[in-house]
Amino acid sequence: MQQIIFFLIRNKNFLLFIALFSISIFLTIQTHSYHKNKFVNSSNAITGGIYSIKSSITDYFNLREENKILINENTRIRKKLESYKNKVVNQNIDTSSILSKYSFVSAKVINNSFSKTKNKLTINKGKRDSIQLDMGVITSKGIVGIIDNLSNKYATIQSILNTNSQINAKLKNAKHFGSLVWNAKDPNIIQLIDIPRLAPVKIGDTIVTGGRSTIFPEGILIGAVIDFELTEDENSQNLNIQLFNDMTNLEHVYIINNLDNQEIISLEKELENAE
Amino acid sequence: MLNNEIFINIIRFIVLVLTQVLLLNQINFLGYINPYIYILFIIVFPFTGNKSLLIFLSFILGLIIDFFLDSGGIHAAACVFIAYIRPQVLKYSFGISYEYNTIKISNTDFIKQLIYVGSMVLLNHIVIFSLEIFNTDHLLLLLKSILFSSIFSIIIILSTITIFSKKTR
Repeated sequence: MQQIIFFLIRNKNFLLFIALFSISIFLTIQTHSYHKNKFVNSSNAITGGIYSIKSSITDYFNLREENKILINENTRIRKKLESYKNKVVNQNIDTSSILSKYSFVSAKVINNSFSKTKNKLTINKGKRDSIQLDMGVITSKGIVGIIDNLSNKYATIQSILNTNSQINAKLKNAKHFGSLVWNAKDPNIIQLIDIPRLAPVKIGDTIVTGGRSTIFPEGILIGAVIDFELTEDENSQNLNIQLFNDMTNLEHVYIINNLDNQEIISLEKELENAE
Repeated sequence: MLNNEIFINIIRFIVLVLTQVLLLNQINFLGYINPYIYILFIIVFPFTGNKSLLIFLSFILGLIIDFFLDSGGIHAAACVFIAYIRPQVLKYSFGISYEYNTIKISNTDFIKQLIYVGSMVLLNHIVIFSLEIFNTDHLLLLLKSILFSSIFSIIIILSTITIFSKKTR
């Protein structure tokens, strides 16, 4: 017994090191699987608070660029609205019947990372703004990521620039689906894999979200094809895509709330139980 | 005297964390290079100080950085590692006598400083990037990140030591 105690005292630094090192490794491995890192993330009140103080200062540097983006978006939406108005004129449509399946919440990015292989963003909206896990996040130009962790006032987003991220996407003018992944090389270029060999791909084609999940509605812009090649087994092709979004300069984002989400999920659960 | 030293270390801890998180993580030089200055806390922690305390404080330091960077336990692991291995690094860069003379890092000659800071930074960065990238597909990216970030961090840490040292001459 005495020897054991002596051993412990003599090697206390080593044991402390091993214990703390194992805890760290455990926490690291947890982050490798999607939203399992409940504890260590920047959506808590202290880190979120410090980041929002920081962004309230640095935001001024981007005001000019940000205004330009907002004006462009307004112009585009205004044009769309006018064209709808012209179409439905003289037709009395019951507006309550064309309610959208999706609602949008705006938020501000208070911390952005793009230089690592597993990038996350922090935004200044959380549970009290009725944001939930697994909601999609977009900007006016394209997709950004998926909500990953939540606190009352802040949330973190798993960026599409994350080697764990995998999002369903398709070619805009064909019906061929693939998954969107990132090879960690360039923050503005992302890969679309598993597109069937027969799909007619041309350089410059637009890629949009596929709408096969409840997270993103169909047809949200992603980027344009810059090159493509067949895989080794010649069954599918891999595409390199230039993002429309500048992921290194994000400020205002929209969070998509799918109002039918609950219903779809409960239906899927029912199916699973029935099997 | 002793209280003063504790106070200085607490202030240093807070200042380094804030500098790291608010300033240096926003640099992204050439797209992927970020210097890590916060390990300066472990590097200049009193050489005669309690080793277990240093290991524990390094864990807390790394964990706080992890909270900010959403990186799980990567920085905590790397900090604990260099805190544990520090006596060995000290011994081989300053010779066996470092424990008895209260040498200050800023008073030693530059080559010894460079060896000490360089090996600490390199060990830290090897652990950080291996854990973060954790994939043999990105081996080149791993080596590039370790090399360039280390060079950047070493330059910044050595200049900080030089700027904030009190000249005793």
